[in-house]
Amino acid sequence: MQRALISGVAIAILCSVIGLFLVLRRYALFGDAIAHSSFGGIALGLMAGVYPLWTAYGVSLVSALVITKVKEKYNISGDASVAVLLSSGIAIGLVIIGISGGFTIDIFSFLFGSILLVSVNDTILILSLTGVILIVVLLLYRQLLYSTFNEEQAKVSGIPVEKINYLIVFMAGVTVVTSIQLVGVLLISALFVIPNVTAIMYGKGFKQTAILSISFSIFSVVAGILVSYIFDITPAGTIVLLSISLLAGTMGIKSAGLLSKN
Amino acid sequence: MLNIVEIEHLTVQYPDVKALDDVSFTVNKGDFLGIIGPNGAGKSTLFASMLGLNTKYKGKIKFFGQDIRKSKDYLKEIGYVPQKPIFEKNFPATVNDVVQMGLRQESDANKIDEILQQLWIHELSKRRIGELSGGQQQRVFIAKALVNNPKLLILDEPITGIDQQSIELFYSILRELNSKQKITIIWSSHDLDAVNQHANHVACLNRKLFFHGESDEFFENDELVKQYSEASMQEHMHHH
Ligand SMILES: Nc1ncnc2c1ncn2[C@@H]1O[C@H](COP(=O)(O)OP(=O)(O)OP(=O)(O)O)[C@@H](O)[C@H]1O
Ligand SMILES: [Mg+2]
Repeated sequence: MQRALISGVAIAILCSVIGLFLVLRRYALFGDAIAHSSFGGIALGLMAGVYPLWTAYGVSLVSALVITKVKEKYNISGDASVAVLLSSGIAIGLVIIGISGGFTIDIFSFLFGSILLVSVNDTILILSLTGVILIVVLLLYRQLLYSTFNEEQAKVSGIPVEKINYLIVFMAGVTVVTSIQLVGVLLISALFVIPNVTAIMYGKGFKQTAILSISFSIFSVVAGILVSYIFDITPAGTIVLLSISLLAGTMGIKSAGLLSKN
Repeated sequence: MLNIVEIEHLTVQYPDVKALDDVSFTVNKGDFLGIIGPNGAGKSTLFASMLGLNTKYKGKIKFFGQDIRKSKDYLKEIGYVPQKPIFEKNFPATVNDVVQMGLRQESDANKIDEILQQLWIHELSKRRIGELSGGQQQRVFIAKALVNNPKLLILDEPITGIDQQSIELFYSILRELNSKQKITIIWSSHDLDAVNQHANHVACLNRKLFFHGESDEFFENDELVKQYSEASMQEHMHHH
């Protein structure tokens, strides 16, 4: 339980930080696409008898980088490339599962998360990846923000925009696979998108928006884990529903005119 | 004395049009160069090539004596204000955030306040960029361009959305930067009169370079002005 909460908070922070950049780049569903392609990786791992998260890391990072390259080279729009990645991941996963005769139980925990069962090793891995990614984000804060705001101007200011784009995609890949244990493949994009969309509505600057988003995210994850523990249901759904209710609440406040319009 | 910019035989061919045709000129320290030309004359294309955004050009572009194909270091000395700053309308960045993006060293943070004050947008610093008017946004992007103390400021003049008062303020800011702070300025415009009033050098561009020199030399030569106006009118009609 303690491990679940600690890992959950780390993942909450990670997803809202990386998700903020993705949302602002109109790349909101990218997380979803990587998650789906990691499904293929998980199936591969289960079939090969390797720890499935490792193969998931491998497959999703490779597909994230490939899709970025293809998108750049052939000038395919963001949403179309996401759709391609999303369906090919699931397709590969399904074919592999079919070939190996199906392994229902394990796959289920990856689809919907299993944070209450997180191991000591997993917790350590989650904490260290979160630490590393947050440090990278802090060190490259200006470059990440500027190239998200406007690529062309960032280029003119001498920022290596292409490298930064790859870095964001790479970090998103790592983040997604790391978060699979919390909410599973199917609901990951909720953690990327919902707290950020909520936070952006408050009309604040970048740092405050990030802090708001992180707070919403932590609240939903912690409350979600506790509630689902008490009522013995899967945390993933509870977490996502809680963050949706924060979004709905914010929309309510906003239409009541209590927030300055923007 | 060192030239700030040297453009030699610059030609840019897009799939459908030749946007620039054998353009050559130089910009010296202290120049306030107005580049005039009608829509589609190649002004933005010229800037994109100078700033390394378009690398598919023929000819040579040098900044501070260095070919820009060899090193990107020159970008540190340049502030650029684009024609249409494109960003997400609800991007969660305040005026302060945007200007800070331009800042190379975070240690120079009070520089931001200074610049905001100089451009009369200090009271906007906590507002989101997307909420501001066109003229206010333009000043924010000038502030972002200036915050690193550039030697050269390049401005692609926005076409619409700026009222007369903001335009006057914009010009007086440019003149002050050029005369007091000795910043070299390259500024593109459709407005012959404004260039006549404010710039000390003129380049007339319409794919080819018609004229480049001191503004008096151009504006005192009625024949040249007439020729240019007619040519750009024709070009204009041709386009529509
Ligand atoms: N990326 C591009 N690809 C293809 N053609 C282009 C591209 N950019 C500009 N052009 C064409 O090159 C010509 C010059 O365009 P450019 O934007 O440089 O003109 P401009 O002088 O800046 O015009 P304006 O005053 O309207 O801003 C136009 O005919 C335009 O259609
Ligand atoms: Mg233009």
